[in-house]
Amino acid sequence: MTAIELATSNGTRMDDRGADAALAIRSMTVSYGQKPAVFSVDMTVPSGSMTAIIGPNGAGKSTLLKAALGVIKPLAGSATVYGQPVENARARIAYVPQRASVDWDFPTRVLDVVLMGLYRELGLLGRLRGTHKTRAMECLERVGMQDFAKRQIGQLSGGQQQRVFLARALAQNAELYLLDEPFAGVDAATEKAIIDVLQGLRADGKTVVAVHHDLSTVPDYFDRVFLINTTRIAEGTVEEAFTPQTLQEAYGGRLAMGQLGQTALGA
Amino acid sequence: MIGEEFVALSLTPMLIGMLAAIACALPGNFLLLRRQALIGDAISHVVLPGIVVAFLITGVVAAVPMMLGAAGAAIVAVVMIEAIRRLGRIEPGAAMGVTFTAMFAGGVLLLEQSDTSAVHLDVEHALFGNLESLIWLDATGWASLFDREALAYLPVELPRLLIVLTVVALFTWVFWRPLKISTFDESFAQSIGVRTGPLGFALVIVAALAAVAAFDAVGSIIVIAMFICPPAAARLMTNDLGTQVAWSVFFATLSAVIGYVLAGYGPLWLGADNAVSAAGMIAAVSGAILALTAIAGPHKSRSGAPAKG
Repeated sequence: MTAIELATSNGTRMDDRGADAALAIRSMTVSYGQKPAVFSVDMTVPSGSMTAIIGPNGAGKSTLLKAALGVIKPLAGSATVYGQPVENARARIAYVPQRASVDWDFPTRVLDVVLMGLYRELGLLGRLRGTHKTRAMECLERVGMQDFAKRQIGQLSGGQQQRVFLARALAQNAELYLLDEPFAGVDAATEKAIIDVLQGLRADGKTVVAVHHDLSTVPDYFDRVFLINTTRIAEGTVEEAFTPQTLQEAYGGRLAMGQLGQTALGA
Repeated sequence: MIGEEFVALSLTPMLIGMLAAIACALPGNFLLLRRQALIGDAISHVVLPGIVVAFLITGVVAAVPMMLGAAGAAIVAVVMIEAIRRLGRIEPGAAMGVTFTAMFAGGVLLLEQSDTSAVHLDVEHALFGNLESLIWLDATGWASLFDREALAYLPVELPRLLIVLTVVALFTWVFWRPLKISTFDESFAQSIGVRTGPLGFALVIVAALAAVAAFDAVGSIIVIAMFICPPAAARLMTNDLGTQVAWSVFFATLSAVIGYVLAGYGPLWLGADNAVSAAGMIAAVSGAILALTAIAGPHKSRSGAPAKG
């Protein structure tokens, strides 16, 4: 742990420290058009940790996750998961995209969405058995959505949609969970349900990384933070990296200093 | 209409209409859900210059060069649409609109300039096909279906469309899961290793194959209608993708049969003595089915409706 903190605090690149990390991103640069959205970002997520990626709107939080997963093509940079290239580690990764990124009018039912998480296991034509459905139902139970299994997904509220997405990730039975704004626009009950599941995952030794917006809940929910504003601002434990100084640097004048201080120190 | 006359004059055009309709409707389901429904429209327009160019090069209206020319034009169009979209950063609908209009217009100009008066290749044929002429004169009744000699003289479009439909159906069956997952949630599909780029491209190629085969037999009107109407009507009948695809096949078949019968006999029943275009009537029937489901379909209220709560 000490080695990681030392390395991240002065920003030097030490590739060996990524070897046993759950996720290690190196020199990631992504551009949509002329301006880079993410510029030369390094990130190291220790196994078994729970990390919040925070930063202002348009800071490249979601882009960084997508580039690490190969969902968008970076200009430069690489990502490894448990020391392996992402392409070889897909079975160990569960990704939850932003809820708003899909068409909830799609003709399918809640249970079908969860079963999509089993695709790597089933393959193209592998037979869907009763055990698969039982497992998918168990995942729905973990997020409290078992009564909605037969519902058309368009009939769900935003919070329910987010829980179904989380259930699909659980069905993947992964070790590294990457979530893009899992708490965006959800009700309080859903937020509680999701954070309980995520903390349960960490208790089981899994690794969780979530793009997060609500600074006030960072110290309660997460043990590590990663601050980004196109470039990496800070990375480390909440105590180290979630300070008024780093927040000021990431958000600039967009948050009042008092608010920043309260959020960071009030933990 | 049962018996000798039906088998010789109506069975094959009706079957060809059905096969063409189903072959287009199957990929149409996914194109519709991917907001790419107009791609069938685009393809059916852009194949015209390909077919004309094939005729100009070979000098004959033969199936193979026409299919190759059409397929080539379709591929050129797909590449052009993607290029306009990506290089010009223009929204897909506009990119398709520009491409198919320009290519169809080019095809019409080529057709006018070249001497095709000696062959059965004109703008009307491109629009309506020649469904009524795809008859099976060697048939003497239902027994001909088991007569090797008579079967050898089946219109070539029938086995060709049967093969194309088999390819389309196999593609849909084998790639059902990745097609469904990537249509619903593309970035999730990519995160679990589905190659969504090649898969989307393959879907368009399969749609183009169906469009070209159907275009040759039944003209562009049916192709345009069958890519959109049966899947759109099917979507209003169910909230399950598998059931939707089954409904779309049913609606495509229904359109072909009812459309063909109405075109051939409808005017007679109304006291007129001429038949109307079967292709036009099949397309019109599919439109009527869509209108009916839009009014009375059990899941019509869901479209664009915001989630409650």
